[in-house]
Amino acid sequence: MSVATLIPELLRVGQMLAEDGGEPEVLADRPDGVVVKVAEVVVKAHPTGTDEEALCDRLRAASSAMLRGVFLAPLSMPDGTLYTRVGERLVTAWPAGTAVDPQDPDAAPWEAAAHALARLHTTDVTAVFPAGAPPAGGPRRVARAMERLRRIDHPQAKVVRAAYRSLPAWATGAAVAPPPSRLRGLTHGDWHLGQVVALAGSWLLIDVDDLGVGDPSWDLARPAAWYAAGLLPPEVWRRFLDAYRAAGGPALPAEGDPWSVLDIPARALVTQSAALALVTAEREGRGLDEVDTALVTACARITSMADVS
Amino acid sequence: MSQLLQCPKCHGTMRTYNRSGIHIEQCDSCRGIFLDYGELESLTRLEAQWAAAPPPPPAYGQPGWGVPHGGHHFKHRSFGRLLFSS
Repeated sequence: MSVATLIPELLRVGQMLAEDGGEPEVLADRPDGVVVKVAEVVVKAHPTGTDEEALCDRLRAASSAMLRGVFLAPLSMPDGTLYTRVGERLVTAWPAGTAVDPQDPDAAPWEAAAHALARLHTTDVTAVFPAGAPPAGGPRRVARAMERLRRIDHPQAKVVRAAYRSLPAWATGAAVAPPPSRLRGLTHGDWHLGQVVALAGSWLLIDVDDLGVGDPSWDLARPAAWYAAGLLPPEVWRRFLDAYRAAGGPALPAEGDPWSVLDIPARALVTQSAALALVTAEREGRGLDEVDTALVTACARITSMADVS
Repeated sequence: MSQLLQCPKCHGTMRTYNRSGIHIEQCDSCRGIFLDYGELESLTRLEAQWAAAPPPPPAYGQPGWGVPHGGHHFKHRSFGRLLFSS
């Protein structure tokens, strides 16, 4: 089903669940993620190929009492289930929250987000996934980004691939267990600042698609990667780390050097972000902007450091 | 005051150095060192202090491959990108 035919179907689901009408809005219309909003209801079509059983478990996890105030809980469909089907796509509905304003970096809820992550990471996996947890996103998403990079021909692609090759196998989505020193626990799996919304005065985590058991430090890796690439100001990075530690976040040593834990996931996220930056620039038929360039340059530094060590 | 000491071993000229508040005399010829009364104890004390107070590990830090000198930021553009899946 094409995005164009999917959208009216999603709006229909939204209208069924919304108490009032209101102007329907398309929030995202990428082939792998179509999201619409009708009044106070958001409806999402999950990517084609989404594992139905895993999605079902993830929706139940997000609805569980243990994650109340941490994760946005899905709305039930009129028949009481947590998802429905539109064509071959699995579709879920959510209360509409307020996203972080991209125009106002100073208002970004870094502390609240860090608290939510710390609470997620301290929640017992087996309590929210009694039937066994699916694997969290993390390394698999790196592999997927590299797969997309392979399909284009960009002059900078070799720089990104070299950084990818410097990663240990467990961090590249390969079927290799991480070393026992790495923490395992409840992990969002694709966390970035777009993955929180404000609802009734609280900032909640959203997007269950990569929720599961994994290395929770991956949830801190995107801001870590951005900071190390010079794209996130040090004072913001400090606020985020301080808040995570103050909330008892288990993914980092309580004091001392956080990079003993963050180095590999942050390298992986720089690689992933750089790969997708090249894919996007190619798709949009443009050169690299400052952010793309900072990511590719960070890849080059990762490789040159790996060469000397 | 600026009277030069003579090395008791090789009779070379000894020069005075000041290291962390401790005067030491070192022979220009044989590199031998002369310590005044109490100076060995001062050195031992300094060494103990050094061992007792290792520098605190960085609480925020930066990986080896991190951008030098605090980075570029591009506040609005990079912030906007932080909000999207990649």
